[in-house]
Amino acid sequence: MQTYNLEDSYIVTPTESAAITTENIEVSYGSHQVIYQTNLQFPRNKISALIGASGSGKSTLLRSFNRMNDGKANVNGQIWYRDVDINDRKINVYELRKHIGMVFQRPNPFAKSIKDNLTFALKENGITDKQQLSQRTEESLIAVSLWDEVKDKINESALSLSGGQAQRLCIARSIAMKPDVLLLDEPASALDPISSAKLEETLKTLSKNYTIIIVTHNMQQASRVSDYTAFLHMGHVIEYDLTENIFTNPHIQTTEDYISGNFG
Amino acid sequence: MNPKRTNQIATGLIYVLVAIVVLILAGLLGYILVNGVPNISWHFLTSGAEAFSAGGGIRDQLFNSLYLLVLTLIISLPIALGAGIYLSEYAADNWVTNVIRTMIEVLSSLPSVVVGLFGYLLFVIKFGFGFSILAGAIALTFFNLPLLTRNIEESLHNVSNLQREAGLSLGLSNWKTISGIVLPAALPGIITGVILCSGRVFGEAAALIYTAGQSAPTVNYLNFNPLSATSFLNPMRPAETLAVHIWKLNTEGITPDAHLISSGASAVLIIVILMFNLGARAFGNLVYLKMTAVK
Repeated sequence: MQTYNLEDSYIVTPTESAAITTENIEVSYGSHQVIYQTNLQFPRNKISALIGASGSGKSTLLRSFNRMNDGKANVNGQIWYRDVDINDRKINVYELRKHIGMVFQRPNPFAKSIKDNLTFALKENGITDKQQLSQRTEESLIAVSLWDEVKDKINESALSLSGGQAQRLCIARSIAMKPDVLLLDEPASALDPISSAKLEETLKTLSKNYTIIIVTHNMQQASRVSDYTAFLHMGHVIEYDLTENIFTNPHIQTTEDYISGNFG
Repeated sequence: MNPKRTNQIATGLIYVLVAIVVLILAGLLGYILVNGVPNISWHFLTSGAEAFSAGGGIRDQLFNSLYLLVLTLIISLPIALGAGIYLSEYAADNWVTNVIRTMIEVLSSLPSVVVGLFGYLLFVIKFGFGFSILAGAIALTFFNLPLLTRNIEESLHNVSNLQREAGLSLGLSNWKTISGIVLPAALPGIITGVILCSGRVFGEAAALIYTAGQSAPTVNYLNFNPLSATSFLNPMRPAETLAVHIWKLNTEGITPDAHLISSGASAVLIIVILMFNLGARAFGNLVYLKMTAVK
């Protein structure tokens, strides 16, 4: 693999209002730095994709947006959620995560019934009205187009679902909390192509109401679902632009080489 | 020698070794059961022991063993649960944690007679408990705690980290994630461990000889006041357990049928422990199905 100039970058500022903005973000595990000087704006109610080779730091960057790196990595610089600095000492991190939900690479339903998967966190947040709980459950499952598949076995174990269903359940579980931003860390990497396609459809529908940031190593997926794409290489954001531009007319050689499959 | 031949020899050898283990176990179990089961009768299980004449039973010893077990679990389970949760979920990976783990291991390899003598000196003599169920239960707690802690820690540890991340990403606090998601997922393993530890406690003799004592005073099974001296629930009374009874019959038994009672009691002990072990598996599975709602 040839060496690229990592300082060479092309980053646009979206015109839409921003849901999450990073200002000079640097992330390091101990003395090992994984993210360098990142300045990005993720627009509201759009899907933004983070792409890059393995180890480029895209998951690490994503995980710092709802502070899942707490206690594991050091984050320097500011991350703004609307006008709130999420790393501020005064921020209640649990409250923050209710606004910024996350779905992980491998489906991780709780060892509970399908319904309890969705209602457990709701009940913890003081929603006890049965009617309301059922309604939220149904809404969330409909939103991820899982309702028709599971409505007759809502009290059965979530562990009996297939991988694709389980992953959509996990998304439903996140959106049942009515978050504002949804972070997805390679949500389709453990799924078969059909489940993957369904998931992408789900994301498209969800983007009407949610800001979605998705990490993916699958470039076709990024080009299909996202409005904006950021390309990361060795901890540096090389290019950030409308997805269309990134895939048809990249400004930087590194990006072009990556999307045409020369490395990664 | 060709690989096929080597494989045959290795397989054969493994079968022989397994057969030796199975033969020893089956032989022991068979001997105890064949000798003991004919002596078990309803009368044997429900009447008190006789000091000098034949025809005594093991009612009090059997009850004492069970009561002691329950008390031991009441004391040790909360402590082990706390320690297990701490070690698995909160403890940083540093030398302090390693020291704690090492100490738990040392504690678990302590000979039970040492635990018994320690309990005798501290609780029976120094604290003035006298030979009592309480002193016995505390001694058994020392004996039980390391294994139980280890088991709970491992059950929790086996729960995938993805579950913790899922909980945290929903805005649940660390504690809520542990108590509401991780602990229920670990429960079947914990229950199995508790039941297996119970089997060990049930069969323990050495630690009890010096703490719970070797006498089974006549108690009134209708007296439910635990503070009354004659109540079967009184934790301050001496209580000879089944295992201690067997030991005593074989060392200083003076009833003419000491040998028969001891074989019968041994069989009862083995049967109860077998029930614990088989029950542990079935019950753990049942709880898992119930928790996860898989049909």
